[in-house]
Amino acid sequence: MDFATFLIQLLNSVQYGLLLFMLAAGLTLIFGIMGVVNLAHGSFYMLGAYLGYSLSGHFGSLTLAILGGAVLAVLFGLALEWLLFRHFYHRDHLDQVLLTFGLIYIFEELRSILWGDDVHGVPIPAMLDWSIPLTDTLSYPVYRLFISGVCMALALGLYLLISKTRLGMKIRAGAFNRDMAESLGVNIKLIHAIVFALGVGLAAVAGMVAAPVSSVYPNMGSSVLIMCFVVVVIGGIGSVRGALISALLVGLVDTFGKVLLPSMAGMLVYMLMAAVLLWKPEGLFKQ
Amino acid sequence: MSTPRAHIEVLPRSVQFALALGLAALLLFPVVGSDFYVQMVTRMMIMAIFAMSLDLLQGVTGLVSLGHAAYFGVAGYALAFLTPADTPVSLWWSLPLAVAGAGLVALVIGFFVVRTHGIYFIMVTMAFAQMVFYLFFDNKVLGGSDGLYINFRPDASIFGWLPFDLEGRKTFYYFTLALVILVYVLLRRLLWSPLGRALSGIRINEHRMRAMGFGTRGYKLTAFTVAGALAGLAGYLWGAQTGYVNPELMGFHMSAHAIMMIILGGMGNFAGAIVGAFAFEYLLHVFKDITKHWQLLMGSFIVLVVVAAPRGLLGMLGQRRAAKAQEDSHHG
Repeated sequence: MDFATFLIQLLNSVQYGLLLFMLAAGLTLIFGIMGVVNLAHGSFYMLGAYLGYSLSGHFGSLTLAILGGAVLAVLFGLALEWLLFRHFYHRDHLDQVLLTFGLIYIFEELRSILWGDDVHGVPIPAMLDWSIPLTDTLSYPVYRLFISGVCMALALGLYLLISKTRLGMKIRAGAFNRDMAESLGVNIKLIHAIVFALGVGLAAVAGMVAAPVSSVYPNMGSSVLIMCFVVVVIGGIGSVRGALISALLVGLVDTFGKVLLPSMAGMLVYMLMAAVLLWKPEGLFKQ
Repeated sequence: MSTPRAHIEVLPRSVQFALALGLAALLLFPVVGSDFYVQMVTRMMIMAIFAMSLDLLQGVTGLVSLGHAAYFGVAGYALAFLTPADTPVSLWWSLPLAVAGAGLVALVIGFFVVRTHGIYFIMVTMAFAQMVFYLFFDNKVLGGSDGLYINFRPDASIFGWLPFDLEGRKTFYYFTLALVILVYVLLRRLLWSPLGRALSGIRINEHRMRAMGFGTRGYKLTAFTVAGALAGLAGYLWGAQTGYVNPELMGFHMSAHAIMMIILGGMGNFAGAIVGAFAFEYLLHVFKDITKHWQLLMGSFIVLVVVAAPRGLLGMLGQRRAAKAQEDSHHG
């Protein structure tokens, strides 16, 4: 493998890892703070991708589509939390699994009714539709760098929100001791709603920025959901830092696995998970 | 975080009576039912075995597995590999081999997953099942995304003597029914054996069980392996009945369906799993008949059950009995 190929694969793996992080961060926060296992998280990714597809056609601009779609996704998250999820924070994991599995069916069918079952491509914005030449024959698409950039900016924003702001302090307090935070006057219900909507928003934005590369297709949420589970298990549930490191690790193993060991590629990530389980059953960064 | 659930291990007389009636109905059904419905009820019985096998984990031991379909699928594939293209394979060695194969896969995966608890267990079982899914999905040698055909049902002859012929729809029906009864009796006995008591203890309080000197990991691994092997029995029958296996059999929708069956019927007593499997498969049939958008109906139904009746049909009964008993003691 020459250096240019290596660089391309490395950039791809970082881009994939960061994208996974956007989903895994929401998943791990929602579990860490509200104690909910959410199988429907992949559906939010799918929803985002389809919103990106529809809105970019409507606005004629992907940037506007992403902004509009993010607002819609957050509102959707707030409604869903208020209507259903809020009543399941204290329920058994089994009930949460079933609730969110039922939601997957509902979201898939609504997607089928609203958008049909065809695969749709989403155009890359003209401004980003060019490549950086690396050698005579190889080049790297700028749009993939844009995906990494958006994800990194959001990851940084998430870090600042949680560790530097008053809201973030309340979120951390709520995660550490819910009852104590509540008795000190933190409106924990509001915090939960915000965290949930944030998770939905992050997943949807991930879907939107990924749509031009992956295109949009039925059941696109399921495979990405399971990858996120692997990321969260490796990183340790509730740890955003763990999710970031483990997402990048999974991105590396998956991308280079496909190049170096194509026949085993599908399984390598799971073997990584098995190894981590043997070594640290609670994940690498269990809080 | 978890709420105590209603567990009815001892079945009330009324439920026992209903089960006996159900058994009589199943015995008589092929006499009156058309071929289509005989096949449908056979499939329901196969799913009942699958649901019972999961109930050993979910209802008895308190382990929620979202990857149970992997063992179901592995045994189905085992039958597909064992059956030659032009002749049937002998039932007498292919069945034990497929079941043992599923049990072995469950043992290996179980070795990793029983180290985890609660939510980790759910996610890890799902992830490993997906690994098995991709193993078959990605490899053309293993059938790939198209799956494999099984041209013949297993052959039950012993040294040239044929006690029953599984190619017959009704024979296959009764063969499956016999296995449903066998698995039910086996699991009920297991439930009241020392092993079953230990597994129940793990569900109620694993820390206390460990403090009492039980190696809970070993017990959980045993339950996981037995459950996987019995899921394999169901998967073998599925492959034999439909003559076709594909990776979807191992997908997490299949695993989630089994969880739903147990919730619907009531957990921890195996009878509920049977009732739930019949109810769920029938609903699936009805919903698919009504509209091509059946997923909307099934999804709404699942959400409704979890919101309104999380303890299942038998659980609601138990709740009412408990409430009544409490009321009586107040008056007394």
